[in-house]
Parts: sequence; structure tokens; C-alpha cells
Amino acid sequence: MILHPAVLALVVSSLLQSAMLLFASWNGALILRGWSPGSGSERQLALERRNCLVSSVVGYALAFQLLSLFFFLFTADRLHIQLTGAMCAAGTLNANGYGYPALLLKTADFLLAGTWLVVNHADTRGYDAPLVKTKCRLLLLLAPLLFLDAFLQFRFFADLEPDVITSCCGSLFGSGKGGLASDLASWPAVPAMGLFFAVLGATVAMGVVFLRSARGAVLFALLCGVTFPAAILALVSAFSLYIYDLPTHHCPFCVLQAEYGHIGYLLYAALLGGAAAGLSAGALAAFRKRGSMAAVVPPLQRRLVWTAIAFFLLFALAVSFRIVVSPYRSG
Amino acid sequence: MLDFALSSLLRRKGKNLSLVAVYTLIVFSVASLLFFVQAMKRESALILEGAPGLVVQRMVAGRHDPIPLEYAGTIAGIRGVAEARPRLWGYYYEPVVGANYTILAEYDGTGAQGVVLGNGVARTRRLAVGDLVTFRTYRNESLVLPVREILPQESELAAADLVVLSEADFRTLFDFPSGRATDLAVSVPNPREIPVVAGKIAALYPDTRPITKREMLRTYDAVFDWRGGMMVVMLAGALLAFVVFAWDKATGMSAGERLEIGILKSVGWETSDVLLLKFWEGAAVSLAAFLAGVLLAYAHVFLLSAPLFEQALKGWSVLYPRFRPVPAVDGYQLAIIFFLTVAPYTVATIVPCWRAATIDPDAAMRS
Repeated sequence: MILHPAVLALVVSSLLQSAMLLFASWNGALILRGWSPGSGSERQLALERRNCLVSSVVGYALAFQLLSLFFFLFTADRLHIQLTGAMCAAGTLNANGYGYPALLLKTADFLLAGTWLVVNHADTRGYDAPLVKTKCRLLLLLAPLLFLDAFLQFRFFADLEPDVITSCCGSLFGSGKGGLASDLASWPAVPAMGLFFAVLGATVAMGVVFLRSARGAVLFALLCGVTFPAAILALVSAFSLYIYDLPTHHCPFCVLQAEYGHIGYLLYAALLGGAAAGLSAGALAAFRKRGSMAAVVPPLQRRLVWTAIAFFLLFALAVSFRIVVSPYRSG
Repeated sequence: MLDFALSSLLRRKGKNLSLVAVYTLIVFSVASLLFFVQAMKRESALILEGAPGLVVQRMVAGRHDPIPLEYAGTIAGIRGVAEARPRLWGYYYEPVVGANYTILAEYDGTGAQGVVLGNGVARTRRLAVGDLVTFRTYRNESLVLPVREILPQESELAAADLVVLSEADFRTLFDFPSGRATDLAVSVPNPREIPVVAGKIAALYPDTRPITKREMLRTYDAVFDWRGGMMVVMLAGALLAFVVFAWDKATGMSAGERLEIGILKSVGWETSDVLLLKFWEGAAVSLAAFLAGVLLAYAHVFLLSAPLFEQALKGWSVLYPRFRPVPAVDGYQLAIIFFLTVAPYTVATIVPCWRAATIDPDAAMRS
């Protein structure tokens, strides 16, 4: 194990999150079993207080989770210097079998955590707390994923040995080398960019339809869910070439480095923010007519749709700017 | 709400100031440690910037041995190698002050006489330019040399214990065999070719060990990170004590506080409003302690050269260099400090805050 202070900070943070979620899940299970909003019994009052506790605890835990994804990426990038063969976070994550699963799970957790926080926000705005049970069920689904995330992250750092030779991003994301990363990089640049801009256009158009007619939130969420992988595909196969000004370098992690102005953090934050907002807008669609949510959800959905569109357009603007100013030209 | 939270904190000055003081001390300890480790890594990277891309040592029975000079000619002929320069260096124990000197020979053949001394050596032996300095050779004879130059203070971290001799004096001092050097410094202009050149050298001379600059950098990085990590582990006890302290402070509400929350709730405040108030109180305490701790740590490390940590982190030596670390703080270090201090504090105070926020107003005002 590399005993880096950042590694310790991440491990401590994930342990705290796990403890908080375990505590909140236990309280959530109690709420699910006995929740009876019509009752004025002592038990219901106690459960309503517990609901406040669950909201607070999970709110903090998930806020830490959102931050820890970027902190994890930054740490993986910083640790590459201590590993033979690694040139950026791609090599560090490849140093053992836990790195990439941990990153993928953290990304999925980011999106789910964002959705939970939005559902919780809507619930606390309603006088009759109609989403309590939904929130607790979502929590019981989310908690095991976060425990697994903490476990994978711990194993990744625990098994990280400086004497193990890992691969550099050039070989992982090189065309025709085999594997998912290489397959992504092998995609021809122009169709990948075309696909991204087409999906983005459809997402924005659907967003506008929703903002005008208040219909189609689920379809918008699905399109946001497609925009995210389409953007990653285009970033690996096409946009990266313009960022690095090289015809062969496809790494999605070198963009995080100071050499490229840390532009990767802006790109990934925009994509994750857009996807989380879009998915949350879709998730809220089911509650538009539930009790007090009729007044809370529609304006909240509109704000989320605006946010998702703004984030995706920010991503598109940043990569388009790079394409325009880059001296690299394909073909 | 923030205004109300601040005035609420100020109403209980004694309790909150003691909390902020302990919190600041914890942030200060962690931040000092991280700033110092970062400064040391930066210094070592700066020193290694001028190091050769590749160093070749000869091994005999797994130990470092002088390398024959003819190896240099063959290695210089490898494609991609600009130069293979023999180096003569070693360590000399000086019984008078009980210190080890690093002895380096000038291999430029200029034939300059006398020695060049590092600042630390000149300081401990109280030598000035023109003085005579005596060394005892490996044949137990005296070697008396005049001091030609004393290196400036700026080079102290790298050259405090350095003594530079001419090649002939070096060979006399250590009775070093002629036709051999300590190692070879190989210069490869294209850094991407270094691993390939290292492989070729290892194949050509299986009795040698090529060491690349990247390996040296990685070792320094790992050593300082490891030391920093060990110190964080040692501080874990203090962090835990702080969490218990914060929990205790947040749990132990005075009758006045209970009454205050009772009144707020009876005039229409919701539980979520009280929780928000508690959040802002916690945020104000955390922000004050975080800023104060980080600023104090900055002054401690970059203005005072970290007197509390330097022995543990720099290592120890009789001739230890005096230096002031170059200020280098980035968002990443602040994020580490945040996750190690603010996160545990926040977690420790959630449940007590919830308990305070869910007080029954009637019971609170009666108590």
C-alpha cells in the first residue's frame, strides 16, 4: 500500500461515509416498516424525527461522495509518478484489478447520489413528506453500492505496489490494442463527433419541448443518460486529439493534468452535472401528482432541465473551442 | 440565517472559542505536515532536475564496485547516448566533528588545486577561503589542501556536506584504483529513449546496474509520501480525540441553549430550520478553524522552516542543511486537509445537532 496522505484521507472519508450510511439505512428500514403519515401516534412522531435525521446524515454522506470522485481521480493522477510505466491516472488505475471497477462504480454512485439528493430536496419542500418511503427504498438500494465502492477503493489502494509494472495510457488507449479502452479509441473521429452532436441536439430539443409543454421528462432523462456515454466516446476517439494536438493520443485521463490546464475537470464536472440533473428530472416525473409535490416538482424539474442543458452545452462549448484553436486537423 | 448563527455562536463565546482553538490546532498539525512534505518533494525534484538521465554502476556480488573506464567508451557508442562521463565520488568520515562528508572529484582535467567546501562543512570546521584543511588518507597519511572556494548558502540543501577535490587528490585520499571510476553518468538527450538505452547497457554489461532519473524521482516521492503518511497515522490518535471532543461539545447543551431552541420552535421554526441554523454554526466554526489552521501552518512551514516537524521528516545528520522551504500550496493539499479534519468534525456533530433540533419545545422551556 502506498501510504500517501491523500490515500489515507480517501480511506478515512469512505469509512465515515459507510458508517453514516449504515446508520441511516437502519433508520430508513425502521421508517419503511412503520411509516403511517395519517397517524398521530407517538411512534409516527418519532419516525418523522428519524426522517429528518436520515435526510441530514445521507445528505452529508452523499455530498462527500460527490467530492470524493474528483479527489479520487486527482489522487490516481498524482500517484502515477510512483508506478513504473504509468504516465497518468490511466496507468495508476490499471496497476491492479480494482482501479477501473472502483472508478466506474464511483461514477455510477455519483449519478445515483445526485438523484437521491434531488428527491430528498423535493421531499423536504412538501408539507406532507410524500416521498419518504421512496427515499428510504432508494437509500437501501444505494447504500450497498457505496459499501462496495468503499471496499473496491480500499482494495485498490491496499494492493497498489510501486514495484508492479503497469501500462501507460498510450498502450491502454492505443488503436487496435484490444480491450474496451482500445475499442473506444479505435472509433473513427468524425462519426464519433457526429454521434455526440446528434445526441446532444436531440437532448436539447427534448429539453425545450419539456420546458414548453411540461411533457417528456422521462424521455429527456433517457437522452441525458445516452449523452453521457456518447460524450465519453467522442472525448476518447475525437476530442482528445484536438486537446493533445496529436493524431494518436486518445487518453481520457491526461486531460486532467496541469499540462492541459486541468481542462478535464471542467469537462467531467459538466458531463456528470448534466447527467445527474437530467436523470433527476426524469426520476421526479413519477411524483408530479403526489400530494404536495404537485406544487413542488414542476418548477424543480424545469430548473433541473435548464441545469442539464447548460452543463451539456458548457461541455460542447469547451470542446468546440479546443477544436477551433487547435492546430491539429484530422484527415 | 448566517447572521443569526454567528450571533448565536458569540453568545457562547467560551465554549465555542475552546472548540475553535482545538480545531485550529488539529488543522494546523495536518496542514504543517502536508505543506512540509510537499516542500521537500519539490526541493528534491528541483535537485534531481540537474541529475543525469541515467547512472550506470558496476555490481560485484550484489554490491556496488568501481566501474572500469573502458565501459564508458562502449556505452558512449550506443545509439541515442550523447555522453558517458565517469564520476568519482564517495564518503569520508571526519572524526573531529563526527560527520560524514560527500567527496566529489572534479573530472574535467583542469588540474585546479585545492578544495571547494560546502557551506555546512566550512561552518562546522570554521574554515575560510585560503585556510588549510587536513584529511587522513586510506594509507594513514595526511593530505593537506588549501580551501579554494566555499559554496554559497543557496546550495545548502544539496551541498551542505560536500567537499570537491581534484581527481589526483581523490585517488590519493581513498587509494582509489586508477582506470576505474565510482560510476558513469550517461546523458541521453531524448528522455523517451532512456529505458531502451538502460536495457541495452544491461544486456551489454550484465555486471552493471543502470538507474534512471525517473526511478530516483519516484523513490524520493515515495519516501516523502510515506513519511507524511506515517505522521498522519501517528496524528490519527489526536484526530480521534478531537472527534470525541467535538461530539462532547455538540452533545452537552446548556439549559440556555435548550431554552433558545424551545423558544424558536414555539414561535414557528421547523426542525429543518433549526438543523439549518446548526449547519451554519458548524460551517462558521469549521471555516474559522480551517483558515486559521492553514494560515498558521503556512507561517510555521514557510516562514519558520517547520521547527516542529523537520527532525522527523527531513531525516537526521550531523551536518544538516539549513534551508527555508519555497512556498508551494495547492488546492489538492487543501482538499486532503478538508477530508482529514472537516469531514470527521461534521460527522461527529450531525447526530447531536439532530437531537438538539428535535427537542420538544414544551419540554425544553419547562426544563
